[in-house]
Amino acid sequence: MSVSRPLPHDSARLHVTGQARYVDDIPLPAGTLHLAFGTSDVASGTVDGMDLSAVRAARGVVAVLTAQDLPFDNDVSPSAHDEPLLADGAVHYAGQPLFLVIATSHLAARHAARLAEVSISPHESILTIEDALARDSRFEDGPRVYERGALAAALEQAPHRLSGSLDIGGQEHFYLEGQAACALPQENGDMLVISSTQHPTEIQHKVAEAIGVPMHGVRVETRRMGGGFGGKESQGNALAVACAIAARATGKACKMRYDRDDDMIITGKRHDFRVTYDAGFDARGRLLGIDFTHYARCGWAQDLSLPVADRAMLHADNAYFLPAVRITSHRLKTNTQSATAFRGFGGPQGMVGIERVMDHIAEHLDLDPLEVRRANLYGADGARNTTPYGQAVTGFILPEMIDNLLETSDYATRRAATDAWNAQNTVLKKGIALTPVKFGISFTLTHLNQAGALVHVYQDGSVHLNHGGTEMGQGLFQKVAQVAAGTFGISMDAVKITATDTAKVPNTSATAASSGSDLNGMAVRAACETIRGRMAELLAQKHDVADQDVQFSDDTVIAGVTRYSFADVAKLAYESRVSLSSTGFYKTPGLAWDRIRGTGRPFFYFAYGAAVTEVVIDTLTGENRILRADILHDCGTSLNPDIDIGQIEGGYVQGAGWLTTEELVWDDAGRLRTHAPSTYKIPATGDRPDIFNVRLWDAPNREETIYRSKAVGEPPLMLGISAWSALADAVRACGPGYGDLQTPATAETVLKAIRSAKDGEHYNVL
Amino acid sequence: MDITFRLNGETVALTDVAPTRTLLDWLREERGLTGTKEGCNEGDCGACTVMVTDDTGARSLNACILFLPQLNGCAVRTIEGISAPDGTLHPVQEAMIGHHGSQCGFCTPGFVVSMAVSHLNGASDHDTQLAGNLCRCTGYAPIVRAAEAAEDQPVPAHMRDDAVRATSVPTDAQHIQPDGSDALAAWYSDNPEATLIAGATDVGLWVTKDFRDLGPVAFLNRCTDLRGVTIGDADITIGAMTSLSLLEAALEPFHPSFSAMIRRYGSVQVRNAATIGGNIANGSPIGDGPPALIALGAVLNLRRCDTRRSLPLESFFLEYGRQDRAPGEFVESISIPRQSDRLKCYKLSKRFDQDISAVCGCISVTVTEGRVTAARIAYGGMAGVPARALNAEAALTGAHWTQASVEAAMQALAKDFTPLSDMRASAGYRLETAQNMLRRYWLEDTGATLVTVQEVGP
Repeated sequence: MSVSRPLPHDSARLHVTGQARYVDDIPLPAGTLHLAFGTSDVASGTVDGMDLSAVRAARGVVAVLTAQDLPFDNDVSPSAHDEPLLADGAVHYAGQPLFLVIATSHLAARHAARLAEVSISPHESILTIEDALARDSRFEDGPRVYERGALAAALEQAPHRLSGSLDIGGQEHFYLEGQAACALPQENGDMLVISSTQHPTEIQHKVAEAIGVPMHGVRVETRRMGGGFGGKESQGNALAVACAIAARATGKACKMRYDRDDDMIITGKRHDFRVTYDAGFDARGRLLGIDFTHYARCGWAQDLSLPVADRAMLHADNAYFLPAVRITSHRLKTNTQSATAFRGFGGPQGMVGIERVMDHIAEHLDLDPLEVRRANLYGADGARNTTPYGQAVTGFILPEMIDNLLETSDYATRRAATDAWNAQNTVLKKGIALTPVKFGISFTLTHLNQAGALVHVYQDGSVHLNHGGTEMGQGLFQKVAQVAAGTFGISMDAVKITATDTAKVPNTSATAASSGSDLNGMAVRAACETIRGRMAELLAQKHDVADQDVQFSDDTVIAGVTRYSFADVAKLAYESRVSLSSTGFYKTPGLAWDRIRGTGRPFFYFAYGAAVTEVVIDTLTGENRILRADILHDCGTSLNPDIDIGQIEGGYVQGAGWLTTEELVWDDAGRLRTHAPSTYKIPATGDRPDIFNVRLWDAPNREETIYRSKAVGEPPLMLGISAWSALADAVRACGPGYGDLQTPATAETVLKAIRSAKDGEHYNVL
Repeated sequence: MDITFRLNGETVALTDVAPTRTLLDWLREERGLTGTKEGCNEGDCGACTVMVTDDTGARSLNACILFLPQLNGCAVRTIEGISAPDGTLHPVQEAMIGHHGSQCGFCTPGFVVSMAVSHLNGASDHDTQLAGNLCRCTGYAPIVRAAEAAEDQPVPAHMRDDAVRATSVPTDAQHIQPDGSDALAAWYSDNPEATLIAGATDVGLWVTKDFRDLGPVAFLNRCTDLRGVTIGDADITIGAMTSLSLLEAALEPFHPSFSAMIRRYGSVQVRNAATIGGNIANGSPIGDGPPALIALGAVLNLRRCDTRRSLPLESFFLEYGRQDRAPGEFVESISIPRQSDRLKCYKLSKRFDQDISAVCGCISVTVTEGRVTAARIAYGGMAGVPARALNAEAALTGAHWTQASVEAAMQALAKDFTPLSDMRASAGYRLETAQNMLRRYWLEDTGATLVTVQEVGP
């Protein structure tokens, strides 16, 4: 049985030998051209003129295109048709593509793109939350509000009340493979596009519009990405469309990849947020009412900001019951990169908000934050178990998980040891925190919760596997192949994993929202079961047994007393004129969601986890370090425990990085100053916890998912919140004042909080 | 230029190579060896890591900022040459598969090469060895497990490369590779507008990011007489072409805190390329070498043609972007007076490893019978140049070595510097932490323990 085995990543051997091909590694025809964008260095303005003569004259340049040269639709937006490929007179952010250079080499294109003389009349730009609120610059008519219960009364009557504000930084994806695409012109105006994308169908759709052909004229293929994390859900559109337009114009294959600095300057990142709160609670810290306001800086174009901001609202509760609640969400339009999907898709920002409230309440009441968290957890079925949006929280396993983790992490002893250590040490302070995760699984745009598959069995018994999911490192292809092998009862090496291809499976959803194995695993199983059913029927007739008495396992098919190899059955089926090819389809059942009213069941189920992190901070500089992390995470019945543990370890470190060293800095002119790894610091090897214990909570999903597994892509990122909460705990040990730790908790931000804790005196930035 | 090197065991002789062609572009675009990846094109992510062997041994380098002429006479091994010629996987490759060390796989070739070099050299300080390789998927834990698992496996024979004979004739007068400093001095005085390329960890970015036309260039990698550390009775003399890696090892017995700071300078790949001469000559206000050297009272030795002069290192840095260096003059060496070690170096950055300092404070205070008899304090990141904190030094000199004196020096430091705010830190934070470094020095010197987060275990 292949399912649940800890097999390595399907491409592990190719990875370690350098043989795994990414877009930029694929051999292309001689004469392939290379593209680069010329970009704006002004955040907001009107283009008065572009003198591109030096660009055109530069060595290797074949052509230069501007918005006027585009043959059809000038748009690469995944949503609101508000994102021109090339600026059409107005400039909306520093980094916006203005013109497209087509040249004989990547270097020549990049070099030439710097030679333009662009004249832009600047407008007053809207960069900050304050700017946007002052100018009422936003998406949608006004803020979206979800509410439940009598909030005003709850707050007024609460024995304790506090308010606060938390700035939550954005995050650069920093996929190691930058954005890349190439387009190969085909006969009759058709286009083959190879793209590093999480969403081949979206690429197909935008390319078709841009070159004026129906979607059937565009085929998009994606074998693998060198990391995605949401950053390749919509941000690859511009490159693929540029390649297709250039290929159409020149008749040559065209390739585009962003240099790292271009990638960081042009593409969107995680939304930065401000979350403010007004909370009423009892003496145990149990919330009676809470009023949240979310301010999301969405950047210049809508992109996926509405569902991102929705998901932040949907995770404003995290694992806690909020009896009376209002969540007001402002989606602010600013002259910065258009913020986009990033692992968690708004969920992390919503979740940090409530976790901050838990820490703040604990500080206020002088309690262990753990006790405040436990007091607020959702209840068992029937009581205190409805989310602010009305979905029942069923099968809420976090209380048991937390008890288990407290024991295995030796929390109580270490909590006491930390306090004792802090009493002995003045320069350094330690902190420890447990934070839970409850993450909703499903796209909140309900129709996206569907998937297709295409499976062929060849007459030698080998299997060609295809589905709509994309592989970005998460191990999806291997997990789904395990499902296929398990369904046919054959070994893994009989299953060929193939590139995602819009010509094989159409109308796919992005591989996003952690949905990849849930949706595609089910679709593949359906396709395999169809073929297996035909094989079983054939053998049942031949041997006069019932269909269900034909057994498939260990590369063998048994019908009555007769044993066949799977290959023999395939050959027999072929010779009996039985189809050995099938599509499969799956749609998630039971979803009903009204995003305007904020009620319904947006999620099929929740995935859970909890982490305990211990840190140490330096009160002289704010430098800090994660000492230990203990994680217990719920993957249902895991399809592949080692791949799932890899997602958890990686997600935790990425989440901790988001909240600590990863700081995006824009200057006063709206230019991103942290646009390379020299200035934007993702975690390095030494930043992982010294002790790093990860375990899976081994219990089947209550819902009928593929082999009762649970989605694992996004939820573990939010386990990293425990690192930030532990830093706040360490700050708390520095003095009687409230530290008010913000994010990202860089050394500087930690030192500022230490100051605040020590003497209430706020540190002034000179 | 004409060069000869070995590539995965085969000798390659190239003629007329463009001097600023990077190894990475050449591998991928001309040789079709696409296993070596471009992640950042500035030497900060390690996806392009290759192994380079010369007479000093095997080391890892970033191919994205390595110009082809720097390889003249070397042996290069890329990811395609890490498995045995018969396809047998290297032990680190097997371990990476077995421990799930790859997810998206894009950083993996760089990691595997770094790990294979460590394995070859017997280095097991994996966090240091791998600090220059970024991974966004795994959280590193499985990669380090793999590195540990492979430690005891034998080194495959094919990993031991031999250097080759370099092509020695410069092909044109504008692009040279002198085989010693005398030849360099003569040519440079005739071509004072030329760019000197030592490790290319900075100049590389002028090319890959700024598309700068370097004009005449001299590659210094064959000026072996400029390489090495000489321990004399009065001075420690460091040749300009001494790599940071070599310097880290050489200074460890004499100034361990300086050596420990160098361990955080860039990454292994960067330190294997970068030279102390380049670190000084490029005049960075935040390069970590100069503050430490200034605190040690180092003297810079410059040469132009056959004329040599020496000056205190701090005098070399005139203002941001301007140094006291005449046209055609180059850094020959740097001399540190032998002294009993009182130096502590405090490097403050957003990320502990491989990050440019927000503040780098280097402090050396000599105390005799409870009184400060000498204080040399220098900072990077606090001004347009690395500079001494003269007011703080004055506040301490002659004072009793007490908390009160240190606090007076901390106050005085505010008169020494008016730092800037930028993406690394605010001005206020810089000044406060620079002051606190003095406090930390005093705490450490007076016996306090547990004053840095690195000392604490779980």
